[in-house]
Amino acid sequence: MAATYEPRPESVALLKKLVAALAARGIVTEEEMALRQTIAERANPETGARMVARAWMDPEWRALMLRDGTAAAEAMGVSMRGNPPLGVLEDTESVHHLVVCTLCSCYPRAIIGYPPHWYKSAAYRSRAVREPRAVLAEFGTVLPAQMQVRVVDSTADFRWMVLPMRPAGTDGWTEDQLTALVSRDHLVGVALPSAERKAARAA
Amino acid sequence: MDTPQPTPAQHDLGGNPRFRCTPVEPDADAPPDAFGKRVDALRTVLRDKGLLTTDEQRLNIESLPEDEYFDLTYYEKWLRAIAAVMLAKGVVTWEDLQ
Amino acid sequence: MSAGVGEVSAARFEVGQNVRVKDARPERVARLHLRTPHYVRGRMGTIQRALGTFPNPEDIAFNRPAQPRVLYHVLFDQPPVWNEGQAGDTLLIELFEHWLEEA
Repeated sequence: MAATYEPRPESVALLKKLVAALAARGIVTEEEMALRQTIAERANPETGARMVARAWMDPEWRALMLRDGTAAAEAMGVSMRGNPPLGVLEDTESVHHLVVCTLCSCYPRAIIGYPPHWYKSAAYRSRAVREPRAVLAEFGTVLPAQMQVRVVDSTADFRWMVLPMRPAGTDGWTEDQLTALVSRDHLVGVALPSAERKAARAA
Repeated sequence: MDTPQPTPAQHDLGGNPRFRCTPVEPDADAPPDAFGKRVDALRTVLRDKGLLTTDEQRLNIESLPEDEYFDLTYYEKWLRAIAAVMLAKGVVTWEDLQ
Repeated sequence: MSAGVGEVSAARFEVGQNVRVKDARPERVARLHLRTPHYVRGRMGTIQRALGTFPNPEDIAFNRPAQPRVLYHVLFDQPPVWNEGQAGDTLLIELFEHWLEEA
């Protein structure tokens, strides 16, 4: 994969010419582009984190998330119109989920924001389905002995988020306190939330 | 596996041994740059107007020459695919892009 | 397209049923847009859930009328796929009905 993430000059030029041509034909406007960018920038993993925190506290909310993730996202104030349906993967004592898209980079952007470079990399896409535990180890994650890894390859219409197990030592915590424990990495499944470590909020 | 399997399509990367020893690099975590955000916004505007679907875009990324598939950045590939679909549909002409 | 979520009245396969992914490699013949990863072609898995009915992405990619197809979540054991890995580890993959047959 590219050693740098910067676009080449010819790509920058192509973007400029393409947008200009589309604008000249009245197909796109700068206002529309700006609006879309603002909406995309607003999406962030705290939405998904709060969905998880609520599921830890409220069995009916948990049931809604598992039955209809899209409706749950809408209830969080996220407009899912035009977005792919959201699916929620419930971790148990025996199964931990890890999300990947081997064919491209499908990612539940509406409730988590832009995907990081590593999620889109050939290394993650190729290795997550074949040696998930080695990939988890790169994130410092070691699963309990009895836990099986279920790698979920996002191949079609759904976008998937993980609903991890509630960490020990969080009895009586508020929704805000629980939300602060959950990071983007927990929603993808490369790490497990813990009461000892506050989540480093992803950009 | 008993019989040699045919080589998968370049984008069908699950289990690809070429990347077996490539680290995942959890620190590679920056948000998209201005170019990337703008390409993403363009994609969404065109999609919402019914001019581009996700699968048309994916097909055109999958069809890139191999060196470009692996060397262009994520959003550069998106841009190439968007341009390809707009050209194929005649929404823009190649002269527009010179 | 959320309209298709949960629409499974025409589903051919049942939860818990063993299915085999067709052992086909049509992409070797022509440029196609397929969403069935190579690593499960010809493999046996179990239907976990019927997710809904959606237009076939293989058609959408070529801007032609897309046939609605039932989409399933299918579970596979990992070790037989790769000849490596930990027993009990699994893969869960969204697959369209026309790629599946009774096992």
